[in-house]
Amino acid sequence: MAVKLMQGNDAIGWGAIAAGCRFYAGYPITPSTEVAEILSRELPKVGGKFIQMEDEIASMAAIIGARVGGIKSMTATSGPGFSLMMENIGYAAMTEIPCVVVNVQRLGPSTGQPTAASQGDVMQARWGTHGDHPIISLSPISVRQCFDLTVKAFDLSEKYRTPVILLADEIIGHMREPVDLPDFKTIKIFEHKVSESPATYKAYRNTPDGVPPLAPFGTGYRYHITGLFHDQDGFPTQRMEDIDPWLERVNTKLDKHIDDITLLEEDVQSGAKVAFLSYGASARTARHALKMARAQGKKVDMLTLYTIWPFPEKQVEALGERVDRIIIPEMNLGQLAYEVERMVGRKKVRRVGRANGEMVTPQMVLDAMEA
Amino acid sequence: MDDTILEAHSLEAGEGLIPQANWLELSETLQKLSKKRKFPSIWCSGCGIGIVMGALIRAIDHLGLDNDKVALVAGIGCTARMPGYLDFNTLHTTHGRALAFATGLKIARPDLKIIAIMGDGDALAIGGNHFIHAARRNLGITALVVNNAIYGMTGGQYSPTTPLGGRATTAPYGNVEPPFPICDLAIAAGATYVARSTVYHALELDKYLAEAISKDGFSVVEAVSYCHTTYGRLNKLGTAADMMRALKDNSIPQSALDRLTPEEKTANTKIVRGKFIDIQRPQYTQVYSDLITRVQGGEL
Repeated sequence: MAVKLMQGNDAIGWGAIAAGCRFYAGYPITPSTEVAEILSRELPKVGGKFIQMEDEIASMAAIIGARVGGIKSMTATSGPGFSLMMENIGYAAMTEIPCVVVNVQRLGPSTGQPTAASQGDVMQARWGTHGDHPIISLSPISVRQCFDLTVKAFDLSEKYRTPVILLADEIIGHMREPVDLPDFKTIKIFEHKVSESPATYKAYRNTPDGVPPLAPFGTGYRYHITGLFHDQDGFPTQRMEDIDPWLERVNTKLDKHIDDITLLEEDVQSGAKVAFLSYGASARTARHALKMARAQGKKVDMLTLYTIWPFPEKQVEALGERVDRIIIPEMNLGQLAYEVERMVGRKKVRRVGRANGEMVTPQMVLDAMEA
Repeated sequence: MDDTILEAHSLEAGEGLIPQANWLELSETLQKLSKKRKFPSIWCSGCGIGIVMGALIRAIDHLGLDNDKVALVAGIGCTARMPGYLDFNTLHTTHGRALAFATGLKIARPDLKIIAIMGDGDALAIGGNHFIHAARRNLGITALVVNNAIYGMTGGQYSPTTPLGGRATTAPYGNVEPPFPICDLAIAAGATYVARSTVYHALELDKYLAEAISKDGFSVVEAVSYCHTTYGRLNKLGTAADMMRALKDNSIPQSALDRLTPEEKTANTKIVRGKFIDIQRPQYTQVYSDLITRVQGGEL
């Protein structure tokens, strides 16, 4: 396809179309609205459907409902809307219904500053809904990656029957870059294949890989879905012999496939004792600082995380063994840094957090090398 | 069994009695439509919700719908447990959100008959926004609202349909909030079919539900029930049978209301049973399907 100038939010919309998303439900909110706008225009062209719901709670419910009917679905929102979606993100995690939630992060808490950038929802993406649950979260650093990671989000969501949160931010969402999108026909997304007959099908079967295939409603597989703890047939249960295997399966299913889920980029410099670790818009700051540092003859490693959740523990732990200091620029007061500290200890970590809507500057990162 | 109840249901004495041991096996309809092994239900003995479930089963059976082509979507509460006992595509969602989930499901699968089953708190308090917007859009969904005027599952707190002055565990001095008129609200919001009856008048419920489910548009059936366990006890309204009898004594059909003088109508405090609206408006999924055709055809 031809090179086009587009913003990250547009690329997210095209990524959804390319991934086979054919239903979008959302509620207008800055700075994510362009995702809804492009999909309201493009979905009908490919036979897909768009609806503007009465709020974000309903939007989240509607995309789950549509996926229960067999249609790949997505919503997009920001800060306050993301908070409202927490209830049904938990429902999707509990019922293992695939869905993609785009959060173009803006400055919070509360209404905060709708047009200002932030990465303040890192922990909310992981733990925002109540109870222990698995979740995947990806964070793009460029317009092209907005496309690629949206496609990936659908693939992972289907493959592991889990909500996937695309954790973009206002900078990436509104930044324009020339991109050359791939031919959509070349894009492959995981498709559920149900080989069992309706008589023996169990939507929540305890399979060895942890992910039973999902049959859509209306195709002869009549079963029950509930947000209550359920047995393998999907019916509510209070029996420990049903609940414990469910907990075990669902809360380890991502760990079993962690290498398939983990996306990151390591830029290793032999002998470096300092590393920058970042994600999203702040990774662009870190990469700029990396160039400046190396130009000054300093040895620095760089680890860019595209998969934020599940946290890439193995790679971060290895980095901690290799270097003495890990500098983490992020547009919050150190949310991802908590996770890194958990892996490598507090002494090695330097937080470069900023939560006022401004980007971390490369100089702030360089200063942290000395401090 | 009370003769008046038998009369209301056009039953002979023997037919009105539920066989104790093999009642499930004896009913062909139940064999076909219920998930047999899930009984007994969670509902208290004497609860009206089971009667509504019976009406729903008979309505679906009467329409001859394929079990695979029916989806029941529910929120949270006593009423919302109904889909778990029935052999369809059944989705038990979050509190108040049944219609929002049903919206996505209906748009994904316009060929399915979708029935959203909700209690009064579920449909009108936490789910009130979804209720009016589903009606406004005229989605092809049937909203079955079982109105027992209380939050039963949490133990008897006042709901948006608790009568003024009624006592609840959170209204120990009597409820100070006026109740929502569910059917009026549905009509004002754009529903194309709205009817109300009570669990005493089970056969009326059968009929209204069958009509509502056949409708290609947003249809609402309010099934007035009671909660003897909480509201009945707190307000000294007697047993389930007493509360059932009260539904008979304190309700009138629309046709009888129409015969009253204007003064008598204004003074009426009884529950009005009847079909209040039955109109055609373009149904959402059809409108959107037409839009896709026109966009793809280059018209738009």
